[in-house]
Amino acid sequence: MTGSMDVMIETRDISKRFGSTVALARVSLQVKGGRVLGVLGPNGAGKTTLVRVLTTLMAPDSGSAHVAGHDVVRDAASVRPLIGLAGQYAAVDENLTGRENLEFVGQLYHIPRRERRERAQEILQKFGLVDTADRLVRTYSGGMRRRLDLGASLVARPPILILDEPTTGLDPRSRVDLWRSVEALVADGTTVLLTTQYLEEVDRLADSIVVIDRGAVIAHGTADELKDRLGGDRLEMVVATAARFADAVEIASRLPDGSGPSVAPVLDAAQRRITVPTRHGTLALTAAIRSLDEAGIALENISLHRPSLDDVFLALTGSTAEDRAPADAPRRRRGLPARRSRS
Amino acid sequence: MSTSPATAASRPTSIRTAAGDILAVTRRNVVHLWRTPQLLLLSIVQPIMFVVLFGYVFGGAIQVPGGDYLSYLVPAIFVQTVLFGGASTALGLATDLKGGMIDRMRTLPVARSAVLAGRTTADLLRSAMAFAVMIIVGTLIGFRFHGSAGATILGCLLILAFGYAFSWLFVVIALAVKDPEAAQTAGFVPLFVLVFASSAFVPVETMPQWLQGFATHQPFSVVVDAARALFNGLPAWEHVWPALVWIAGILVVSVAAGVGMYRRG
Repeated sequence: MTGSMDVMIETRDISKRFGSTVALARVSLQVKGGRVLGVLGPNGAGKTTLVRVLTTLMAPDSGSAHVAGHDVVRDAASVRPLIGLAGQYAAVDENLTGRENLEFVGQLYHIPRRERRERAQEILQKFGLVDTADRLVRTYSGGMRRRLDLGASLVARPPILILDEPTTGLDPRSRVDLWRSVEALVADGTTVLLTTQYLEEVDRLADSIVVIDRGAVIAHGTADELKDRLGGDRLEMVVATAARFADAVEIASRLPDGSGPSVAPVLDAAQRRITVPTRHGTLALTAAIRSLDEAGIALENISLHRPSLDDVFLALTGSTAEDRAPADAPRRRRGLPARRSRS
Repeated sequence: MSTSPATAASRPTSIRTAAGDILAVTRRNVVHLWRTPQLLLLSIVQPIMFVVLFGYVFGGAIQVPGGDYLSYLVPAIFVQTVLFGGASTALGLATDLKGGMIDRMRTLPVARSAVLAGRTTADLLRSAMAFAVMIIVGTLIGFRFHGSAGATILGCLLILAFGYAFSWLFVVIALAVKDPEAAQTAGFVPLFVLVFASSAFVPVETMPQWLQGFATHQPFSVVVDAARALFNGLPAWEHVWPALVWIAGILVVSVAAGVGMYRRG
């Protein structure tokens, strides 16, 4: 319900077209106060359009969107003081220092001079930018820019934060740093809507997830619910010798799954590879190692994969995310950022 | 960190906060000016090149009424300096658009007009600096103001107002193309036509009949003629009022179009 104070972000059937391209098709979603909603989708799915509507940068063609109970079109001026936006293109001023960037944003929020100086210092400390605070941003690394960008969106302590692909293009370490910052904000009660291409990111940060493709919501639920639809983790093993492949398959198909009938393993005899979907990954992994060892079957490799965005899309639509990405979009290295292997 | 929305800032409700916003954005853009001195340098190098090119290379071959080419040329160079200064607004604004700064500012509780007004005001300051340098350069090569003090001041204000109006016109171009390179290319053709199909370097009477009408009445020529009359102590009113009409017209149309486009995104 729009009137409820508990719902901080709500869209109802919002649609947006650019010429013949459908950017958003009747998207409805809800974020409750203090929660994190992850909007997951490939390039060109409509994530940025959704962000632009919620941050008052663009009016939808139809449908309605409310932030903290205010209509983003009719009452945009009431929405703006309540939101912070950080995006994939770090919107920081190259020719100002880190500190000047933050103070400039504070000035535009009409925060009194002394308070905005203190606030800038506070943010610089929080994001580990004190040492470089008085250097021009054009000398900053990508990760530093992104942290400053996130910091700039927090100057006025907005209760609602909207992050558009906050870690796209960041190296793994900067990504983890940024996740920690977001987690700290959420712990303080900030409501967050974040878009991403990385399943791992929503897995770590989001309470609930909306999967969008071609502008439409194709699935929503918690991370666990989505993973259940995918059959959880994937246990992958490569048998050392072709002679023992059949024996290994026999063992693999009897692995404990604990949730009803076991799903049949996927076999690749030429590569001697067996892939078993499993809901209890570590259990299956230890059981597999134990049983194979007891049977004297040597393995070349064994690993447990979390489902990747590709797996989500394969399960939900029958085609991979990469197939959906527009030709001009930078191609994501297959599975890399979204897949974590434990061996 | 507390998340009390109470510290989330107030909305712009008064003219005073709007003026504060414009000042903040202007200051940010002026800081840019100091941090990228090459841009300021370029806006001076170009008119100096024109002075040298026309004053010393072509000048000898050009016959002008009154016979003194320097008095004819230098007021035109002044106007050209601020015109190019206005054109640089497109580059600055398009760069901000592409880099996401404009999006950030549009999500802040900032007066809607402040981002554009702050940009054009800062560019006006830069044009004024370039103009001041060109007055010194003109004086060094022998140009003198022959009009009254009032006429001279009026001429200078007219030139700056013309630059400011064109700055807003280039706001519209930048908002339309949204890309720094495209903005520069889009601005180049109209600038070229305005500057050369004009009374700036040669008398319009030497041009073919079909071009004379345009060359006489287009805004750049009109302002050049007004500045020339004011600075040389000639009867100027017949040139000044059309110049004022052009400046007001360009300003009204461009501000309305620019603010409208900015609002719609």
